Amino acid sequence: MRPLSRPSEGELRRLGSGPAPPEMNELLAQFINLLGALLLMLAFAMISQRRILSLIALFTMQGATLVLSTIVVGYVTDQPHLYVSAGITFALKVVLIPLLLHRVIARLDIRWDVETLFNIPTTMLIGILVVIIAFNLALPIAKLSTSLTRGTLGIALACVLLSFLMMITRAKAVPQVIGFLSMENGLFFAATSATYGMPMVVELGIALDVLIGVLILGVFIFQIREQFDSLDIRHLEQLKED
Amino acid sequence: MTLASFLSQLLEIVVALALAPLLTGWVSQWRAWLQNKSAPSLLQPYRLLHKLFNKESVLAEHASPLFRGAPYIVFGCMTLACAIVPTLSTDLPLSPAADAIALVGLFALARVFISLAAMDIGTAFGTLGARREMLIGFLAEPALLIVLFSASLISKSTSLTTIVDTLGHRELMVYPGLALAAVAFTMVALAENARVPVDNPATHLELTMIHEALILEYSGRHLALIEWAASLKLFAYACIGLALFFPWGVAEAGEPLVMLLALPALVAKLAVGGAGLAVLETLSAKMRIFRVPEYLATAFLLAVIGMLVHILLAA
Repeated sequence: MRPLSRPSEGELRRLGSGPAPPEMNELLAQFINLLGALLLMLAFAMISQRRILSLIALFTMQGATLVLSTIVVGYVTDQPHLYVSAGITFALKVVLIPLLLHRVIARLDIRWDVETLFNIPTTMLIGILVVIIAFNLALPIAKLSTSLTRGTLGIALACVLLSFLMMITRAKAVPQVIGFLSMENGLFFAATSATYGMPMVVELGIALDVLIGVLILGVFIFQIREQFDSLDIRHLEQLKED
Repeated sequence: MTLASFLSQLLEIVVALALAPLLTGWVSQWRAWLQNKSAPSLLQPYRLLHKLFNKESVLAEHASPLFRGAPYIVFGCMTLACAIVPTLSTDLPLSPAADAIALVGLFALARVFISLAAMDIGTAFGTLGARREMLIGFLAEPALLIVLFSASLISKSTSLTTIVDTLGHRELMVYPGLALAAVAFTMVALAENARVPVDNPATHLELTMIHEALILEYSGRHLALIEWAASLKLFAYACIGLALFFPWGVAEAGEPLVMLLALPALVAKLAVGGAGLAVLETLSAKMRIFRVPEYLATAFLLAVIGMLVHILLAA
């Protein structure tokens, strides 16, 4: 079990100025880095994915990765409240939101290929540029920190920007919602791994925000469908029906 | 060159030549099991080779010497590739002859000759297969190179034996960059070995075939050599994957006794890897040929991201 003298150390490391943790934690920190890489890979896979069902599966996997990394960070830094936020993440992002999304696509009967505005290889090339930019941006910030997982900041930023790119390049509403949710995944990962967790109130607030956001977006999707008989958001560009 | 290193090199070549058809048989057995078919015998590839070596080789009238020589060149390339990938020991006299980049070059050499031979006869199928093979090859090679480079960045050397030495014989470390590279490598390996998402190894007459279209005109001992070379290629790729991502259990220089353990370890790792390959193949559907560039571009970009992640985390 965890030694009892650790909380103060954990508090120190939260500020990014703590001493280097013992060796066992080094392996765990590398494991967090690995989970970050996995998150990035999943974000990348989402960009290159055409089918909605696979997109939802990828999003669920991303949520599961996030849960795992939150638990590991909670263990390394000995902050029990991170277990709570891992539990909330699991309930929301691995169970509830995928279920909701499945229900939405079942009701709207949209299982066909996702329409993209650019073709997929171009999107992926832009994606790699985005990753390079994110890594470059994060490098000087990470150098200020001494925490073991400082490298994850760049990965998290890349995840956020990739999801952003996905929202930009998709023409239909449901993939855009998934892009929005996966962007939040990246933010959450940055919050937990690079800074070792936010205060509980903030985390609860964000979790609630996401849930409400999904519900509103779900209603929104149905409304778009009612109005235009299609989920193509390009219809929203016209102000009047003509 | 000591006697021990010479022996380990010899043993490695012999093991590769002997085990490669077994690996092919193992994969097709698993494929059959997973698809609820009665599986062919594990020794089926050996029987096929035996049959083909005993048969007469029929050559087209207009075949040039290139057509006749290509199977030997391809077979030689694949044997050399198997010889320089450290599977049992890192003490290999042949390994300074070719590093990771030259290994990719060896595969390219074999590809060029088999494609030229396919076009040499002048049949429509041969030319079609050659073009497709080159399309896949030129997209897969950069991805493979980047994968090898990310491993080289960690060990600061492009020599495969040094890579395995550094990765296999140090304290346990997790390399997130290598995880991404592993996914990219799996995708490339599937494409390069004419496996399911790209090509179907079980088909013999289909418009979508790639590997089989190349070798339609071959028969007898030439076909046997090519089939054996294909098995060796799969073996070499499996061994590269094991060497880069699961390098444990490989003997170092001056440890001849560890090699006794290295052989069962290799067989166990290959058995698991072969079953995994069959699972992957069963789970995925063959894609349209025009989707292949996209698939390989994904592999390439994943490999690049793996390298970037490594650079970011090492900084």
